[in-house]
Amino acid sequence: MSVYDVLQTIIPTTIFFAAPLIFTALGGVFSERSGVVNIGLEGLMTIGAFVGIVFNLTFADRFGEWTPWLALLAAMVVGAVFSLLHAVASVTFRADQVVSGVAINFLALGLSLFLVKKMYGKGQTDQIQVGFDKIDVPVLSDIPVIGPLLFSNAYAPSYIAIALAFVSWYVIYKTPFGLRLRAVGEHPMAADTMGIHVAKMRYIAVMISGALGGLGGAVYATIISRDFSHATISGHGFMALAAMIFGKWHPIGAMGAALFFGLAQSLSIVGQTIPFLKNVPTVYLLIAPYALTILALAGFIGRAEAPKAAGTPYIKGKR
Amino acid sequence: MKSNRLQQFLIPLLAVLLGMIAGSIVMLASGYNPIAGFSALVYGAFGDTYYIGETIRQTTPYILTGLAVAFAFRTGLFNIGVEGQLIVGWLAAVWVGVSFDLPKIIHLPLALLAAALAGALWGLIPGVLKAYLKVHEVIITIMMNYIALHVTNAIIRSVLSDEGFKSKPVKESASLHSDFFDAITHHSTMHYGIFIAVAAAFVMWFLLERTTKGFELRAVGFNQHASQYAGMNVRANIILAMVISGAFAGVAGAMEGLGTFGNISTKAGFTGLGFDGIAVALIGGNNAFGILLSALLFGALKVGALEMPSSAGVPTELVDIIIALIIFFVASSYMIRWLLSRWQKGAE
Repeated sequence: MSVYDVLQTIIPTTIFFAAPLIFTALGGVFSERSGVVNIGLEGLMTIGAFVGIVFNLTFADRFGEWTPWLALLAAMVVGAVFSLLHAVASVTFRADQVVSGVAINFLALGLSLFLVKKMYGKGQTDQIQVGFDKIDVPVLSDIPVIGPLLFSNAYAPSYIAIALAFVSWYVIYKTPFGLRLRAVGEHPMAADTMGIHVAKMRYIAVMISGALGGLGGAVYATIISRDFSHATISGHGFMALAAMIFGKWHPIGAMGAALFFGLAQSLSIVGQTIPFLKNVPTVYLLIAPYALTILALAGFIGRAEAPKAAGTPYIKGKR
Repeated sequence: MKSNRLQQFLIPLLAVLLGMIAGSIVMLASGYNPIAGFSALVYGAFGDTYYIGETIRQTTPYILTGLAVAFAFRTGLFNIGVEGQLIVGWLAAVWVGVSFDLPKIIHLPLALLAAALAGALWGLIPGVLKAYLKVHEVIITIMMNYIALHVTNAIIRSVLSDEGFKSKPVKESASLHSDFFDAITHHSTMHYGIFIAVAAAFVMWFLLERTTKGFELRAVGFNQHASQYAGMNVRANIILAMVISGAFAGVAGAMEGLGTFGNISTKAGFTGLGFDGIAVALIGGNNAFGILLSALLFGALKVGALEMPSSAGVPTELVDIIIALIIFFVASSYMIRWLLSRWQKGAE
């Protein structure tokens, strides 16, 4: 097996596994940049996966090939609305953000499984019939060597995920909205003094994280699992959270980390076919993302500072 | 002061009540009868001796995971890693339980000790990272959960079984199985572990409230800088707190490994016992006695839920929704406090 063959096996699966993580991790970046810790990403992905699959199954006949796209949109909307619970608890009611996030995770799983049982009379849904087709990116896929590796035979949402990372970078670092977002997350009192509405910014940021988390979950369900059950989203939200931290709360960093985790996941699956990885037990590849996150946090891969106000409710007038 | 005490008691109670009300609304909205649903729940938890036995069996690990979370809470730490510590404890207990031939009086304590040590070790890592590098324990413990899950699965496959998914049953000399409970509860899976769990609650109360070390641990939880100034070793106390919390969680795993299941099998996902422990600790007000009560509530909810689909047609997941909402209301206790203060003002 030549190196090129190996790359051709690994790179597309890496991007394939990374896309849901990228969306969700970007959601996490928005939320935490505004000062709201969002452990609930896992639950938001669960809701997204549930809505994505149920919408697809219900409306496949009516919308035909548009179904998966509309399903993603529906998942985003429901994800954003669902994340309002986290926003209300952690911004308005000053709840412990970690506890509230844990509640979101529980609620998402309980509610979606409850509804699946109610609607389908069993613990999991059927497989969806209409998914995304693999596409070649026009022009770029004709580039020799890297064209076939990076730009052909992949799913459109994967490319959108990567593009969105750059858009998020622009929004967070180059626009007035991004400046306010970061101000609220670093020093809410100073931001308040400058006339920025702290609670409003935090609500918006949490809802963006809900929309992107829902999108990530729906992408995962539509492309990778193709149905919904209790095990569809199992730890991907936490992996996205890890990607966000590993990426130092920066959109491009989060994307890089998500791609890296995608690589670890793809290696644990295609590793058996690659000569020099055949003898590595899969368990090492399975725990790699988590172990590396711990190392990253411990400062072995460069220190990262979380937004200063992350995790603390802002109480007006209290110093 | 007096009204504070009252609130400490009222807030969990109101949270549970609100959770139940919200659960009823969910049932009504999806076309089920809430009265039938809740009657099935209560019957399924306490309806006859078999159900009572099952409820107590389920309560057992909840007491211990609740204590684990609460112990960390009381010392200013948030241990989300109880789930992982429980899994490694489960593995260690079963490992000792199947691989030695010893008299019961040595074998059983040894298996329990192994579980406690494994859990403690799993708590030591985030403790050390928190104490020396100021890394947030929440994220590290979440990561440690996944590492525990994958590593134990690999060990079960390669060491405790021949590429299978299940270990051998633990030897009789390490088992918590009780013929007596079996006889009086119509063959429920209730086992002697409940005594260990209740004893653990007493140990936690005594350690925190009646010893100097416990005072230090709580002091560090209240104010690290003040404790430092008073000459306490903040780092050592943080590490010790995580280690003790992990040990409680490890013993919770032993309850499953030596009692309920008597073996360990590979897992596709988490047991949920550790995460539910967060809710148990919150509802129990992080004190040992409160946790006994809230663990019983959660045990009853989980076991009673199994009766709901057959007699009321309600999916068991409804209980998970109720539990989630209870956590939610406790987390938002500010809202409840605000409502209470409004209500008190109105009464004056």
